[in-house]
Amino acid sequence: MSGGAVSVEERGEGGPPGTPVLEASAVTKQFGGLTAVNDVTFSIPERSIVSIIGPNGAGKTTFFNILTGLYKPTLGRVTFDGKDITGGRPDKIMKQGLARTFQNIRLFGTMSARENVMVGQHSRMKAGLFGSILHTPGVGREEKRAREKAAEELEYVGLKPNTHDQLAINLSYGDQRRVEIARALASDPKVLLLDEPTAGMNPQESDSLTAFMRRLRDERGVSILLIEHDMKVIMGVSEHITVLDHGEKIADGGPEEVRNNPQVIEAYLGKQAAEGH
Amino acid sequence: MSTVAVPGKQRARFRMPELSPRQNLALTVAFIVAAALLPFLLDEGGRIMDNLVLGAAYVVMALGLNIIVGFAGLLDLGYVAFFAIGAYMMGYFGSGFWADAGNGEGVSLLVGEPAASLPGFHFNFLVIIVIAVIATTIAGMIIGLPTLRLRGDYIAIVTLAFGEIIGRIAINGDDLPVLGKVTAGRQGITPVDKIDLPFTDRFQSLNLRPWYWFALAMVVLVLFVNFRLRDSRLGRAWIALREDEVAASSMGVPLVRTKLLAYGTGAAFGGMSGAFLASYLNTVNADQFQFSFSIFILAMIILGGLGSIWGVVLGAIVLSAINNYVIPEVLNQKPKEWFNLDFELSQLSFGIFGFLLVIMMVLRPEGLLPERRRQMELEEGIGSDEAVYESRMS
Repeated sequence: MSGGAVSVEERGEGGPPGTPVLEASAVTKQFGGLTAVNDVTFSIPERSIVSIIGPNGAGKTTFFNILTGLYKPTLGRVTFDGKDITGGRPDKIMKQGLARTFQNIRLFGTMSARENVMVGQHSRMKAGLFGSILHTPGVGREEKRAREKAAEELEYVGLKPNTHDQLAINLSYGDQRRVEIARALASDPKVLLLDEPTAGMNPQESDSLTAFMRRLRDERGVSILLIEHDMKVIMGVSEHITVLDHGEKIADGGPEEVRNNPQVIEAYLGKQAAEGH
Repeated sequence: MSTVAVPGKQRARFRMPELSPRQNLALTVAFIVAAALLPFLLDEGGRIMDNLVLGAAYVVMALGLNIIVGFAGLLDLGYVAFFAIGAYMMGYFGSGFWADAGNGEGVSLLVGEPAASLPGFHFNFLVIIVIAVIATTIAGMIIGLPTLRLRGDYIAIVTLAFGEIIGRIAINGDDLPVLGKVTAGRQGITPVDKIDLPFTDRFQSLNLRPWYWFALAMVVLVLFVNFRLRDSRLGRAWIALREDEVAASSMGVPLVRTKLLAYGTGAAFGGMSGAFLASYLNTVNADQFQFSFSIFILAMIILGGLGSIWGVVLGAIVLSAINNYVIPEVLNQKPKEWFNLDFELSQLSFGIFGFLLVIMMVLRPEGLLPERRRQMELEEGIGSDEAVYESRMS
């Protein structure tokens, strides 16, 4: 355990102030002999925007995958809303209110934007096999509501109505990112995990996404966990930042605190830069 | 992101036009009415009627398998297992197979004479269909639970093995350790009760029209189920997990449950058609349940276009016509007549199907009437191995 994290533990909690909605305690993930994530403790308070940063290969996405159930942690616990979700199935975790996007966009290419968002509502819908075959009035209503909700979410993320029925694969890159966020939001999550959402965006698009994240938090009360490389976005939007390097948490704190932490500078720029600081 | 398809980039290919629900309904009604009136043009006991009945039964199976392979993308190479289970349910509950039932006097349920007074179980066909559907769905679940946790090619291998297991049991089941006689092996369970519905006469082997209409009713049912499921919450979930399992499960689609629903539904239609064929062919014979039958049905949906409902109907009709009519009736003696070769063409049936599939793969891999999504997936590599391998779940 490195020094930066100790100071946090002395405070007696693994993260920023506020009631935590998602907590990871002492999470470790090993692939064979490689330790991708080592003893990371972390939490997201309600209605907040927090970030995980770190150099490439620091274990950020692996940590994301542990939170969302794609990987089982080797050690440690993940609790969401007071319930233990360690190693739970991804769809069950999603259903409890933890939605995500992917670093490399993973939309369903042959479905329209609207259908993609409707898949996001899967866990909130009830139509089963027989209901779908018989198309009972309840199923019909549910389907209609799902379509309307999909349109609302798409407009909320800024997609014009004339693009709703285009196939996802034919949308522009920025629109695909937006559809992915809309698909995650369609389940009305409590926590939204965004994996490098501004990758490939120009500065204006990044700015508008930053504003959008704040809007999400303030209007819908969603907590956002962000993995990002764009420091302008990170420093501008995060209330709390956790820094990973080689799978370990080397620092966490507010943007200023992290920016001036010598270990963080070392991780990003090398030892000399840290000493010269 | 892979290259976006430019319309007209490739040779313009005909594909199934996107039908509005109204157009689709009109097409369906026209198809059914035409199919229902067809027997009046034909000899009621002739070879063509016989082929039509078989063809309709194959359409039911192909559309059932289409739910598994076409919609959910689970390559099932053991579909014959469901045919076999459905057929054996017919054999168990509609023949003299269990000669000891009811102390040798037979047990009957809602059937008329003479079946009612014969030894063995003799249930009404509608009851047997329900039994067959339940049995195949349960079998589908049992096969599916361990299998469907796997992905891609592994599902194909394990379903193939299960199909073979059922086939072996069928062959050797006339004397199994512990269980004793559970099938009649290659001898076959025969005779099997003819379908005996309320308000009509018992079906006859000389008048095939009632058989055909009954099979057509099953086609209507399976068509209906296909259309409804395609455009439902489940249908979307199937497309989603076909294209990207990781994204689908992260979006709240439970993988095993969703796959099982596809598997169970597809299995149920295999069983239904199997029970019907057992009664129609008047035998439940282990030789019917070979691996080649799974491939035969699979070839129908590949020929027609995976996931394309009308394509599958077309593929099933074309292949069953080739199998039951063109090869044995039209071309069978031709090697001898034309080339003076001493064999009959029907001995080469499966070689011919294989050849047809190869030709299809070269000329038109998306099938005769491809479905839009499937065509895109094929041309742009969506949901291909790339996505599968990169998304290894622990």
